[in-house]
Amino acid sequence: MTVDLSTSYLGIRLKNPFAAAACSPLTGDLDNLKRLEEAGASLAVLPSLFEEQIEHEELELARLYDYQAESFAESLSHFPEYQNFRTGPSEYLDHLAAAKQAVDIPIIGSLNGSSNGGWVRYAKAIEEAGADALELNIYFIPTEPDLTAADVEQQYVDLVAAVKDSVSVPIAIKIGQNFTSLPHFAQRLVTAGADGLVLFNRYLEADIDLESLEFKPDLVLSNRHEARIPIRWLAVLKDQVQASLAATSGIHRMEGAVKMLLAGADVLMLASILLMKGSEHLSTIIDDVVHWMEENEYESIDQLKGSMSRKNSPNPGTLERANYMKALTSYTLDNQMPH
Amino acid sequence: MGRNVESAKFVTIDGNEAAAYIAHQTNEVIAIYPITPASPMGELSDKWSSQSRNNIFGTVPDVIEMQSEAGAAGAIHGSLQAGALTTTFTASQGLLLMIPNMYKIAGELLPAVFHIAARSIATHALSIFGDHSDVMAVRQAGWAMLAAGSVQEAHDLAMISHAATLKSRVPFVHFFDGFRTSHEVNKISLISPDQIREMIDEQLVQEHRDRAMDPDRPVLRGTAQNPDVFFQAREAANPFYLDVPGIVQQTMDSFAKLSGRQYSLFDYVGAPDAERVIVMMGSGAGAVEEAVERLLAEGERVGLIKVRLYRPFDAAALLATLPKTAKRIAALDRTKEPGAIGEPLYQDVLTALAEGNRLHQCEALIGGRYGLSSKEFTPAMAARVYQELDADEPQRHFTIGIIDDVTHLSLKWDPEFSTEGDDVTRAVFYGLGSDGTVGASKNSVKIIGENTPMYSQGYFVYDSKKAGSVTVSHLRFSPRPINSSYLIERANFVACHQFNFLERIDVLKIAQPGATFLLNSTYGPSEVWDHLPAEIQEQIIEKELKFYVIDALHVARQAEMGTRINTIMQTCFFALCGVLPREEAIEHIKSAIRKTYGNRGEAILRRNFAAVDAALDALHEVEVPAKVSSKTHRLPPVASHDNDFVKRVTSMLLDGRGDLLPVSALPVDGSFPTGTACIEKRSIAQEIPIWDPDICIECGLCALVCPHAAIRSKTYLPASCADAPNGFLSRSWKGKDLPDYQMTIQVAPDDCTGCGVCVDVCPAKSKEVAKHKAINMEPKLEHLERERANFDFFLDLPELDRTLAKTDTVKGTQLLQPLFEFSGACAGCGETPYLKLMSQLFGDRTLIANATGCSSIYGGNLPTTPWSTNEDGRGPTWINSLFEDNAEFGLGLRLALDQKRDYAESLLRDLATEVGEPLVEELLQGGVSDEASIQRQRERIAELRSRLARADGSATQAAGTLSAIADVLVNRSVWIVGGDGWAYDIGFGGLDHVLTTGRDVNILVLDTGVYSNTGGQMSKATPRAAVAKFAAGGKPARKKDLGMLAVSYGNVYVAQVAMGSNPAQTVRVFSEAESYPGPSLILAYSHCIAHGIDMSTSMTHQKEIVQTGFWPLYRYDPREAHAGKRPFRLDCRKPTKPFKELAMKEARFAMLARTNPEHAEYLFDLAQRDIDDQWHYYEQMAGVERELSEGFEESGV
Repeated sequence: MTVDLSTSYLGIRLKNPFAAAACSPLTGDLDNLKRLEEAGASLAVLPSLFEEQIEHEELELARLYDYQAESFAESLSHFPEYQNFRTGPSEYLDHLAAAKQAVDIPIIGSLNGSSNGGWVRYAKAIEEAGADALELNIYFIPTEPDLTAADVEQQYVDLVAAVKDSVSVPIAIKIGQNFTSLPHFAQRLVTAGADGLVLFNRYLEADIDLESLEFKPDLVLSNRHEARIPIRWLAVLKDQVQASLAATSGIHRMEGAVKMLLAGADVLMLASILLMKGSEHLSTIIDDVVHWMEENEYESIDQLKGSMSRKNSPNPGTLERANYMKALTSYTLDNQMPH
Repeated sequence: MGRNVESAKFVTIDGNEAAAYIAHQTNEVIAIYPITPASPMGELSDKWSSQSRNNIFGTVPDVIEMQSEAGAAGAIHGSLQAGALTTTFTASQGLLLMIPNMYKIAGELLPAVFHIAARSIATHALSIFGDHSDVMAVRQAGWAMLAAGSVQEAHDLAMISHAATLKSRVPFVHFFDGFRTSHEVNKISLISPDQIREMIDEQLVQEHRDRAMDPDRPVLRGTAQNPDVFFQAREAANPFYLDVPGIVQQTMDSFAKLSGRQYSLFDYVGAPDAERVIVMMGSGAGAVEEAVERLLAEGERVGLIKVRLYRPFDAAALLATLPKTAKRIAALDRTKEPGAIGEPLYQDVLTALAEGNRLHQCEALIGGRYGLSSKEFTPAMAARVYQELDADEPQRHFTIGIIDDVTHLSLKWDPEFSTEGDDVTRAVFYGLGSDGTVGASKNSVKIIGENTPMYSQGYFVYDSKKAGSVTVSHLRFSPRPINSSYLIERANFVACHQFNFLERIDVLKIAQPGATFLLNSTYGPSEVWDHLPAEIQEQIIEKELKFYVIDALHVARQAEMGTRINTIMQTCFFALCGVLPREEAIEHIKSAIRKTYGNRGEAILRRNFAAVDAALDALHEVEVPAKVSSKTHRLPPVASHDNDFVKRVTSMLLDGRGDLLPVSALPVDGSFPTGTACIEKRSIAQEIPIWDPDICIECGLCALVCPHAAIRSKTYLPASCADAPNGFLSRSWKGKDLPDYQMTIQVAPDDCTGCGVCVDVCPAKSKEVAKHKAINMEPKLEHLERERANFDFFLDLPELDRTLAKTDTVKGTQLLQPLFEFSGACAGCGETPYLKLMSQLFGDRTLIANATGCSSIYGGNLPTTPWSTNEDGRGPTWINSLFEDNAEFGLGLRLALDQKRDYAESLLRDLATEVGEPLVEELLQGGVSDEASIQRQRERIAELRSRLARADGSATQAAGTLSAIADVLVNRSVWIVGGDGWAYDIGFGGLDHVLTTGRDVNILVLDTGVYSNTGGQMSKATPRAAVAKFAAGGKPARKKDLGMLAVSYGNVYVAQVAMGSNPAQTVRVFSEAESYPGPSLILAYSHCIAHGIDMSTSMTHQKEIVQTGFWPLYRYDPREAHAGKRPFRLDCRKPTKPFKELAMKEARFAMLARTNPEHAEYLFDLAQRDIDDQWHYYEQMAGVERELSEGFEESGV
């Protein structure tokens, strides 16, 4: 039996739902990008262009040249001048253009902005550089008590609307999971113009250095158990928002991939497992999924996709609080009662 | 008019760029060595070549940095002999180092041009500023000399020099005045490449190439000649020199046809029937010309001859230029030749008149010196010279511009004489180096110069300090070309960019009545008046100034510009001065911003634009009250001081009134008192470190790393602080070495630069609040008054008895009084902590030979010095000889001391009867380096003196002599200090030789890996892959391993230290090096702003320097080189981090990754391999046994 793996994401028809997630060592490297394509990836999201970092680098450069310059008669400057500083988004955009040349699969540009103007400016630039779609990687940690949830959500919505107005390629929004009412918020994003949602952003959580007693940035790779969270929200959102859904976080094996698809993912975005086992490992996962589908007599991804959504699942209540109750109950009854 | 004259392109550039542009276009090889004020010419050439800018021959000139000017001259000589068109740029000592090759180049009739930004030669003192003493020192070398007096002339005469040298085969020195012309920005007409091609005769270029050494046409040059022919051969080239004036004039005429600018060997301005004429060369002619115009208008018959071609001196041309009516002539020299009948130009003019039979027509020929070291020379002074010529008996030899109350040579001029026109905008801007005032002012000059028919000029006066430096920008805008070669004296616009300057600087002294005064003020228009010092209020009222304020800092912060207020103030200036319509001005400002910052990225442009757009809304006119109401006054220039010299002289310098000091006020031999930086309370920090005694662990690190000795630790007995002011913090000393002692860590609030290094290294943190340390940066104003009182009290606390301090520990060394304090080095300087440590350990018996460079500038640049004394009056005695000779010079100090000691010991033995044998023996054996024995030796010397005083009869004279020199019986510690430019490059030969002498000198190399003082040029200490000037593509070669070169001698103590990585090792090395009785070499890692790092974390960053293996710590001690011991020890662990991780934290490396990532990867890889190889080598060295033989013994060890 031949399984039809094709799927659609953001209106783009893909040969399969397996995509490389935004991740510097993976999609930031052209050779790796080619390996990913060879391993079967149908789509690649480039690492994010970080407005804050670009501006930080530009400002640092300016500060570097300004520091102690034109102050002392013998040393009016301290560094040679260059015409060709690779400041700004040019490096990123060059990589995007090169990626488009290097592989045939669609390329999605990812953007992390820090100002309203920046989001729009860089979104346009990414579109002009040839991206097939745009992923907005929104990373905002509210820290002030007078900033309300409504304010934060409105900022997201405004930003999506502004970017949507400025580009013609489809846009996906990569968000975190911590919203009070995710379905409501997701609906607002879609209304504002989001063509797809990426569930979820794994925030860079700082660690504490016990020697220096300082916070230090530390990226931890996902583990397969993290898949549970997107599975829930894919199932919940699948029937209720008119947008593509991408699953990311914790897709390490065939099982996780299938579960995400069952819950409603249009595409699966993998990163951690490929970093651990190499880009080539993608083909193993794809083969395993195909094998599972064959064994379970699924003919196509479209058939599989969302077949366990909240609407389609036999026991949607377990997606809600009862789920916890059941887990607890079973756990206690079957395993933990003293004999 | 030439065919290109009509389409002339105007640019606003400085004199250096004007000359370098021509040099780069007309040469194939450029060999240089950085020296102020000529460095920018080399740097520009390097930049243009790195951008692949072609010369007129279609090739990119090869720009190479050499190890010294002597090296550059040698390379030039070789390049010329091999047929390349070759040039260089230099000044002052650099030109002197080229003299031997200059004789050769001239003797071999090689066409070349040296462009000289003429600068004072170091005599009683170094000066970076302009005069003709350097070029006058080469006038005998056989080179033609062309003198330019303005930026345009530096451009034009550079062109004429290059064309004429090819025609004449005589090499040319083309010179213009350092700073006044080299650094003045002025609007000039640019010579196009096509015009340059027309000026350079290809046939002559080919002839030069044909004369080159070539094995196809072999010749022999550089022969040794004997009495039979040398003389004749020397005369053989005479025709070439005879032809030079004609060739130069022809070239000038050709140039005139092309450019419309006509020059002559001697140019005359003034009355055709002038009776009184000044003859001079250089920029001063601009001031004289203005005086001439004014005097002519008043009907006086005066004139000026500007000497263009000074060598060969065409007497006939001079006489032809001199009006027949001229009876009284003054030759003005910008140089001094002590002992001569007169200065060179005077003598030349005299000879020309005599030989031309015109002397008898002359009622007076007088000679005057002016403008040494960029001393101001104004039209008023020129007018005074004309007045003197009119005297019945003019003073034959005089000076102008100073007050000479010793030999009474000076002429007193009328400061009210002014030639400044009413239609000229004269604007003066007071700024901080860090606020960008100079950069914006330069842009303003360009905006007017390049976008309007008006002419513009900018000249910039800088501070003698590197941290918190004040800049003064002098800008003129005029409908006519501006040749005013002097500072603005009557400004119609004054801007003060920093409010606190009003307390310290008389910014309105320069304002003429009715001028506009723009002040950056956090106080608004209705409240600012009450915050002005009375002196400022008074001048605003009396001069009827139009007064405006803007809170530029607020605008800058709103635009996320930090403290960069330059474009905001610039916008206000244009709005107020009215030179351009506002909208047009703003467009031009934005365009200039785009040009200046465009390659830094969009973000910086957006922020600047936002700042410009917001500026005018924040600009307000202040309604000036009729009366002075302020109770506050401008602060006195110095704190109270007992020293008479400081009161009479130093305080005047600090008050910016040094020009008023008469000759008698200055020392005759360049000797100045030390311990003067402490009187200069600059108070430049915004935040200062505040101590929390409850958390402090007494490690001493904060005091150790402080670059300015502005944070101190002291232990004392409790009774000492009975009268402590309220708020003085104290706690018990925890160490068992000083039971019952109290201790305090104290900031010097007015001397701290706020660098934050002390806080960064502080290891003690609060258990409750992790960010709170034992010292914390806090707003200065909240603590200033209390900390001032505390610091004054702290200083009065008794210093710890040096014998009680455990000087083998970091904390112990920091209980010793620093005898190097409050230098003008950069905030966070990486060099000064080493010098301070050295001063603490050995300062009371130290002589310092300091190579020219950063350390000689922050160590010895007037008005004050950080080198200071203890309460006994003892302290380091410091001197800077030159850049290139420092090791040899320091050795000389040692030789003299050793002689003196030998003499003292000899006298001591001779006087054994009078002194007593036991004391003699003790004195001969005493004097080793621990504090207790030094103290005992000093007591013995006191006893010796008292016994010698009782000597009589035949012993009296010897006793007197011994008494005078007996102090040498305390070991003198000679420190030879300098940077890597000296040690690795220009001074390496001497340093190498000194290491071999076995004499007891301590060489401290403050290794920043770059020429820091002259702005970051590559040295042989620059690490591979680092970008630097002359290594814009990343240094391709590996850093020289100076330490191992020294180790190879066997009997040299060698150590590499990085205080921030291992302070205990640093302390140990300083003690070991000093105690080693032979030569010692310490290579001290010194971070620098030229590394592009966060200076506040620079010391902790040094840990990574060592962890990557980039800078391994080691010691090689010859005392261990025997009996199977291993004298080389590694004091750090095997590298644990990759070099790249370090590289990306330092802009000097990271910049390369930003501009040329592939090449950066390549060089980073090589740099990593260097590190791996070096570590492997050092590990093997650490296992090597040495057995030093008799050479070791002979070294005196």
